[in-house]
Amino acid sequence: MTPTPLRVTIAASVAAILLLAVIFELIRTRRLQERYALLWLLTGVVALVLAVWRQGLGKLSDVLGVSYPPSMLFLATGVFVVVLLLHYSTVISRLSDQNRILAQRLALLEGRVHEDRGARDPD
Amino acid sequence: MSLDVPSLPAPRPLRVDSRVAKLRRIAVIPALNEEDSIAGVIAEVHAADPGFEVIVIDDGSTDRTAERALAAGAHVVRLPFNLGIGGAVQTGLMYARDHGFDVAVQVDADAQHDPAEIARLLTPIVEDRADLVVGSRFLNGRRYKPPFFRRVGIKLFAGLVSLIVRQQLTDTTSGFRAMNRRGILLFADDYPHDYPEVEANVLVFKHRLRLVEVPVCMRNRANGASSINVRMSAYYMIKVSLALFVGLFRRPPAPVEER
Repeated sequence: MTPTPLRVTIAASVAAILLLAVIFELIRTRRLQERYALLWLLTGVVALVLAVWRQGLGKLSDVLGVSYPPSMLFLATGVFVVVLLLHYSTVISRLSDQNRILAQRLALLEGRVHEDRGARDPD
Repeated sequence: MSLDVPSLPAPRPLRVDSRVAKLRRIAVIPALNEEDSIAGVIAEVHAADPGFEVIVIDDGSTDRTAERALAAGAHVVRLPFNLGIGGAVQTGLMYARDHGFDVAVQVDADAQHDPAEIARLLTPIVEDRADLVVGSRFLNGRRYKPPFFRRVGIKLFAGLVSLIVRQQLTDTTSGFRAMNRRGILLFADDYPHDYPEVEANVLVFKHRLRLVEVPVCMRNRANGASSINVRMSAYYMIKVSLALFVGLFRRPPAPVEER
């Protein structure tokens, strides 16, 4: 098995730290709610751990039969991206449902306001 | 307002503090599927202090919570879907803000808070010692014994928040709280999303409002368990811890004002 090149370790670590820093800054400036940040933080932490912990990455590659450890890094983050996407699909589904309910309730309410007004001053 | 609810408790002798009587006061009750207890809670609030108006925020109930609350003489706002406790309470405080109330008291719909203790919550406000008063289940050796893990969580957050706000607090998760007009304006404007109580305490500190704890007793829940189960409490712990940590790095906000 090829060991992970040092350059890969450095580049991957820097990328993971950058990701975590961006997430932190987004929460701090309230552009990202905590509840939606948790999965992202987990992704960043796992990426950082796998990038820094070279033996761990090598062992995990061995177990899964991945011959080139940096590919393992790629695979692991890929899995998290899929989970994230799935999670956001459920979030979007819920939001579009709520959006529909809001539109319906607003339309019914407007209709009632117009009817009431018409009943009061018919012209 | 009809108070002839079957479960009406025997009327207590009424002694409303004259300083309290001058204030326009409202009880904010967030409710999710509490049809069995809601009317009793409203009746108890009115029995403890008939000058209180009550607003029930029905947070997407599928039972007859809203009907029961209306019949018991409360104002009722029905949210179009479940917003969670934070959004529900904030809706009630927006109502209080828009209708010019001077004090708001948040009471749980499941009857675990005793409305007879509302007067105790209002004392620091009428004495102008506090903007937010939190009913603590642990102050002065109150014997409230939640299950082990919940107790650990409550203690942990009490310790963390005490460090952040540099004031000894014993119960930061209590939902039995009272606030004056400044508190209403602040929370109507900015209230944490899910599981809001812990972060709300920090928010009060950051806005340089005064927080005072007073001892209260918790009754056993009239029915049903806590709205927080094991899976949710893990999320609760992580989410609130994260919010507290990131909050340390936020700039102090602009002060709230009447608009």
